[in-house]
Amino acid sequence: MGIIKADRLVHEYIRRDEEGNVESIQTALDHIDLDVQPGSFIAVLGHNGSGKSTLAKHLNALLLPGEGTLYVDGMDTSDGKHTYDIRRSAGMVFQNPDNQIIASVVEEDVGFGPENIGVPTDEIWTRVEESLKSVGMLKYRSHSPNRLSGGQKQRVAIAGVMAMEPKCIVLDEPTAMLDPNGRKEVLKAVHALNKKKGVTVLLITHYMEEVVGADFVYVMDQGKIVMQGTPKEIFSKVDKLKKYRLDVPQITLLAHKLREAGLSISRGILTREELAAELVQLYGSKK
Amino acid sequence: MLREITLGQYYPADSPIHKLDPRVKLMGTFVYIISLFLFRDVVGFAVATVFLVSVVRLSKVPFSYMVKGLKSVLALMAVTALFNLFLTPGEHVLAAYGILRITSEGVKNAVFMLVRLIYLIVGTSVMTLTTTPNQLTDGLEKALMPLSKVKVPVHSIAMIMSIALRFIPILIEETDIIMKAQMARGADFENGNLIKRVKAMVPLLVPLFVSAFRRADDLAMAMEARCYMGGVGRTKMKPLKYKKEDYQGYLVMAGYLGIIVLWGWFGPLVKVFI
Repeated sequence: MGIIKADRLVHEYIRRDEEGNVESIQTALDHIDLDVQPGSFIAVLGHNGSGKSTLAKHLNALLLPGEGTLYVDGMDTSDGKHTYDIRRSAGMVFQNPDNQIIASVVEEDVGFGPENIGVPTDEIWTRVEESLKSVGMLKYRSHSPNRLSGGQKQRVAIAGVMAMEPKCIVLDEPTAMLDPNGRKEVLKAVHALNKKKGVTVLLITHYMEEVVGADFVYVMDQGKIVMQGTPKEIFSKVDKLKKYRLDVPQITLLAHKLREAGLSISRGILTREELAAELVQLYGSKK
Repeated sequence: MLREITLGQYYPADSPIHKLDPRVKLMGTFVYIISLFLFRDVVGFAVATVFLVSVVRLSKVPFSYMVKGLKSVLALMAVTALFNLFLTPGEHVLAAYGILRITSEGVKNAVFMLVRLIYLIVGTSVMTLTTTPNQLTDGLEKALMPLSKVKVPVHSIAMIMSIALRFIPILIEETDIIMKAQMARGADFENGNLIKRVKAMVPLLVPLFVSAFRRADDLAMAMEARCYMGGVGRTKMKPLKYKKEDYQGYLVMAGYLGIIVLWGWFGPLVKVFI
């Protein structure tokens, strides 16, 4: 069994009027099936309101399933006695970097998680140092988070989760509020954690470019998983993606247009290098 | 305008006072405030002065920083001194005008009250100038821990304080942004009388509160996600531990308080014999 396993997971937001009568029901998760293998890098794509953030909150037991089951690291999230164990094995990074940093010094914030789970003082220090190093923020350890850039703050937040030594980290649109440089910084840090430390990563995003490096992609729309596959498979279906109000990366779009115009370029081009190689193959010989 | 607000007034320096455990400093300030109201004559006053001056010297904080704190309470000091000067009843009337009269007791009271207020403010600012807000919160939490036995939520109070400290700069920045946004749409925060200006603050405060609540919600979720369960079973990354210097600090304090108290009891006796 994978580290995250969802079986027909349903979650509904129920809005009630003052008398407690049900006014409307919004199904945020509609029979979701997931199976994530340990050590993999998974991306969940979807536009606003597709239910992807709701899914993220389930993985940390911040929300509980309405129907169906969700196992994280072999533990049922709806079982109250596992709640904190689940939060230890699946760390979570949120969208707004300012609203998830608790302490007024970087290293103290990274130490907050280990403090909560009762790690001895000496070990907190080694964990803080190690996790700050792993996101490249060690030299800012005694700074105030207020003076850091968005990307740096988000890396501190990731370090804060890493210090709890989770098996899996869930990132809920970690780059939505960052500038392009900050986005690159954060993604680099996340990929490095996945490769070097073998942490399972579940990246939730609506930026196509961030999905390219993932092992497997789920596309969500209106609470359902509508597409799944490797990035190559997903991006080869440009028209279908557009139907779900998702844009493909520019380079994929270019390749797609060229293909439509009659060039024999293969589907699912993800990077500039790939397209260049294909074009060279087509025309390079004519030089 | 809002940039000028600085949080706390920590003055970084490498001094024995800075290195003291925050609990020692809290206790010391407390003892000092009490002592200020225990002495009644010039000898006690002299002891308090020597103590204060030597602590300020040790702390390496420039004297001008201490005086800054005094400016804000200048009015209060003036009123206190005037009340004491004119309204103290006594036998040796120096001057009188209607119900106002200056007596020699009044003069003595006024001077002592003034000195007490000045020392009080300088004394407490030594603490805030040499202790970071974080240390202060930690110190308070540890010092008040016994109260948690009678169900005072000491840990929660300390956590609230430290989170407030973290968010004050963020909220100030946000206020600035909202203010600029309102000004761009024609809001006027600077002109008009007091009532007009207070009214102009409403469209500033409402969005600020809304966003503060949203932030609080997010933060609570982030804390829960990182396994925060309150103070129970929590370890500390930077636990407070007394060092040799801290015990010395306590000793000096006890000695000081002893002198003041003893002089309060035996001072009058000594005077009788002289």
